[in-house]
Amino acid sequence: MKDAGFIIASYVVTFASIGLFSFAVLRRSRAAGRDIRPEDRPWS
Amino acid sequence: MSTRVARDRVTGTPFTRGLGIVTILGIVWLVIFGLFVTPADVNQGETVRIMYAHVPGAWLAYLAFIVTALSSAMYLWRRTRSLTWDRIAGASAEIGVLFMGISLVTGSLWGRLTWGTFWTWDARLTTTAFLFVTYIGYLAVRGLGGTHHQRARRSAVLALLAVLEIPLVHFSVEIWNSLHQEASVAGNTDVTMDGLMLFTLFLGVIVFTLMYVWMLLHRQRALTLEDMLDDSGLDRALAARRAEAGVS
Repeated sequence: MKDAGFIIASYVVTFASIGLFSFAVLRRSRAAGRDIRPEDRPWS
Repeated sequence: MSTRVARDRVTGTPFTRGLGIVTILGIVWLVIFGLFVTPADVNQGETVRIMYAHVPGAWLAYLAFIVTALSSAMYLWRRTRSLTWDRIAGASAEIGVLFMGISLVTGSLWGRLTWGTFWTWDARLTTTAFLFVTYIGYLAVRGLGGTHHQRARRSAVLALLAVLEIPLVHFSVEIWNSLHQEASVAGNTDVTMDGLMLFTLFLGVIVFTLMYVWMLLHRQRALTLEDMLDDSGLDRALAARRAEAGVS
C-alpha cells in the first residue's frame, strides 16, 4: 500500500489516544470510587 | 473477591459493559474495512483511508461541543438546574477536545500526503485550531477554584459562547478560499462517493458515536464521584474545625 506509514500512523494515533483516554477515565473513577460506598452511587 | 469486582466496575453498569463490547467490535470492523476492504479513491489513491478516522473524529468533536452547550443551557435554566448537567457538559468537552485533537493530527497527516505540508494557515485549519484552543481554555476555566455551582455557572456561560465557533469552522470552506475540500456528504445532495466507501464512513460515524456515549457515561460518573469526594472532604474539614473550637 502506497503511503502506508502515514495511513497506519493516523489509525494508531486515533485508537491509541482513545484507548489512553478511556484507561485514564477508568483509573480516575476507580481512584474516586474507592472512598464512596457502592450504595451511594446514583447509578448502582 | 466481591469487593474487588465492585471496585473494578465503579462507573460501569451492564449497559456500559454491553456498549463497550459493541464499540470494540465496531472498531475492529471499521479498521478492517478502512484499511483493507474499501477501494482506493480515483483522485487520492490509498490516502483516502485516513478519511475513515478523520471525518468521524471531526463529527464527534462537533457533537461533543454541541452537547456541552445544550447541557450548559440546561444548567443555566432555573427549572432544570442541576449539577448533573454541568458534569455532562464538562465530560463532553473533554471528549470533544480529545476528538478535535485526533482530527487535527489525522488531518495534518492527510494534508502532508495531499497538499505536501503538515500545516498551513488555511481558513478551515486555522478556525479548527482556534476551536480546539477555546475548549482547552474552557477546561482550564472549569479547573479554577470555587464551589461546584460557581464552576458550573462560569463554565456554562463560556460554553454557550464557544459553541458559536462551530458554524464558523463548518462554513469556513465556503466563506473563504480554502485548500480543504467542502463537505462530501453532510449538506451535499449530490454524493458521488463509492457505496462501500460511504458505508464505511457511516460505520465510522456510528462507532465513534457509540464510543462517545460510553466515554460520556463513565466520565460523567467519575466527575460525580470526584464532586462527592470534594463535598465529603469539606464536611470532614468543617467537623474538625468545629471540634477544635469546641462547638458541637
